[in-house]
Amino acid sequence: MDFLTLLQLLDTTVRLATPLLLACLAGLYSERAGIFDIGLEGKMLAAAFFSAAFAYSTGSVWLGLLAGIGVSLVLSGIHGLASITFRGNQLISGLAITMLAGGMTVLIAQDWFKQGGRTPQLEGAARFEPITLPFAETLREVPFIGPLYYELISGHPILVYIAFALVPLTWWILFRTRFGLRLRAVGENPASVDTAGVSVVALRYSAVMICGVLCGLAGAYLATALQAGFVKDMTAGRGYIALAALIFAKWRPWYALWATLLFGLFQALELRPDLIQQVIGVKVQVQLLGALPYILTVVILAGFVGKAIPPRAGGEPYVKER
Amino acid sequence: MEKMPHWADIVLIPLISLILAAMLSALVILAIGESPVDAFNLMVQGALMRSAGWGYTLYYATNFMFTGLAVAVAFHARMFNIGGEGQAMLGGLGVAYVCLFIPWPHWSLALIGASLGAAMFGALWAVIPAYLQAKRGSHIVITTIMFNFIAAALLNYFLVNVLRPPRSMDPATATFPEATHLPSFRDMFSTAETIMFRGAPANVTFFIAVAACVLVWFLIWRTKLGYEIRAFGHSETAAKYAGISPVKITVISMVISGALAGMMSINTTMGESERLVLNSTEGAGFIGIAVALMGRSHPFGVFLAAILFGFLYQGGAELALWTNIPRELIVVIQALVILFTGALDNMVRMPLEKIFLAFRKGDA
Repeated sequence: MDFLTLLQLLDTTVRLATPLLLACLAGLYSERAGIFDIGLEGKMLAAAFFSAAFAYSTGSVWLGLLAGIGVSLVLSGIHGLASITFRGNQLISGLAITMLAGGMTVLIAQDWFKQGGRTPQLEGAARFEPITLPFAETLREVPFIGPLYYELISGHPILVYIAFALVPLTWWILFRTRFGLRLRAVGENPASVDTAGVSVVALRYSAVMICGVLCGLAGAYLATALQAGFVKDMTAGRGYIALAALIFAKWRPWYALWATLLFGLFQALELRPDLIQQVIGVKVQVQLLGALPYILTVVILAGFVGKAIPPRAGGEPYVKER
Repeated sequence: MEKMPHWADIVLIPLISLILAAMLSALVILAIGESPVDAFNLMVQGALMRSAGWGYTLYYATNFMFTGLAVAVAFHARMFNIGGEGQAMLGGLGVAYVCLFIPWPHWSLALIGASLGAAMFGALWAVIPAYLQAKRGSHIVITTIMFNFIAAALLNYFLVNVLRPPRSMDPATATFPEATHLPSFRDMFSTAETIMFRGAPANVTFFIAVAACVLVWFLIWRTKLGYEIRAFGHSETAAKYAGISPVKITVISMVISGALAGMMSINTTMGESERLVLNSTEGAGFIGIAVALMGRSHPFGVFLAAILFGFLYQGGAELALWTNIPRELIVVIQALVILFTGALDNMVRMPLEKIFLAFRKGDA
């Protein structure tokens, strides 16, 4: 495998890892605050459809992005209502939201565009175009660094850079701000936060809403940057891979970046199985590559290789003592 | 003192949740520009007014009874088995192996063999997450979700690389031998003059599903094991104190749950398609969750809820055929039912409890 092929593989990895990273960070905020969210998939899917539909109708990808975030926030609101206000089962709520998104997107798409549950192809300003970073063209001829910069680092849509910038930001928010401390505390021991006079409900709602915004970005990226339009079930389990990455990362932002890049690499290799054969000389089944993130997560969860311990109050509705 | 009578808990709350889900679905149909009343009539016509319609309704209901019971048994041990889909996929693999590689003399023997195969493969796929939960403390919901995806990859591998007949492009097994053909409702109930259930896929598996409902009822409420499962579900610490092993109960209830989910594929794989195809489960594992929630985890409730969802499925197919309403409407209804009966349960329950308390105060 030559250098350029490697760069192209890594480039694909970055493109495929971005939605996973955004969704993974979304889940990180929510689960750190003690709200399990298996509805990441559904929120991404709904956001993908609404961003594509609005981008197509208005011709502006930014309005599409807003619509995607908007619908994702609505679904987050339902999740918050069910799991915070009415103290329902968070897992069942997440599942219901994913199903709701799966059904509603096709229903609305069919009614709106009459193309069998998809949106028309997006073009021009209705898509996020790749950005060529400064000096990429001039530096291209420099050995090693030039192609690295041109092929791998430059030439992605803006959402990719936003996603990567969100990793240090999330770390800073969670571990260096008062809000972050409280957010983590509410996921570990909500009673202590309540005793300190801080509202558990408000903190958990804000975490769920941040999760909504990030899922909105992830969905919009899928439909308006990675691909040009919405197709039925286009998230294809990415929400669950993000969930797996979150566990793999043990609910920490930097680890989330590495985990999603690893899972992105698996997805990239799934598209180029010939590369693995070239490098290690053994034919690896594509199905195995597809299942690898899930298998690794089960192994990690079982504690065979470094135990993943979720936030202590995760999944438990908080009931104030009287 | 109970806040409200038992009947309100098991009848009124699911009913109100269902009405809420139906009202929202009606709004969705209105928004599409169709009439909810016409749509409902069409669904009733297509699903319940002809014997063929019933044949489809009961065929779907058979699937949902198995997966609903699977989720219900796990619920009794306070576990959420979201992996019915994967367990049913593996069950299909079990059915395919039993039907393809054993020369069966008669369908009744083949049915017994396939049931065992399906149950064993399904149970196998549930026992690993159960063991990991009981011994290693990994959350069963997450592991069963992951196992759904691993099962899909495994099934894909087996159908594409192992079981696909040579020169076939389709990722599916060869057609099962003639001797494994299960009698359909048409074979069983048609007389020389009138043909009943024409073209409908309902088959003898329906009766196995009904028997499974009765058996699960007997297991949960009439046996020592069932008592232990319920005790464990109500309070793990109390169960431990009474000498009930949490590991044993977790593993056994998940084995039963997985076996039931796996047995769903006798209906789809042996009864209907007569070969194993890639998407034979069609999301029935997830509908089982709605069915179990709706049926309040009681086998009789599961039976009724499964028939209701069978009706919705068949009715939804009719709607997709005759109107502009896509089949996905059923997914929406199903999601709303899960949302209202599972996650937003307290939204319905809290006001209702207040009403009952107010009435009781009036009496005193």
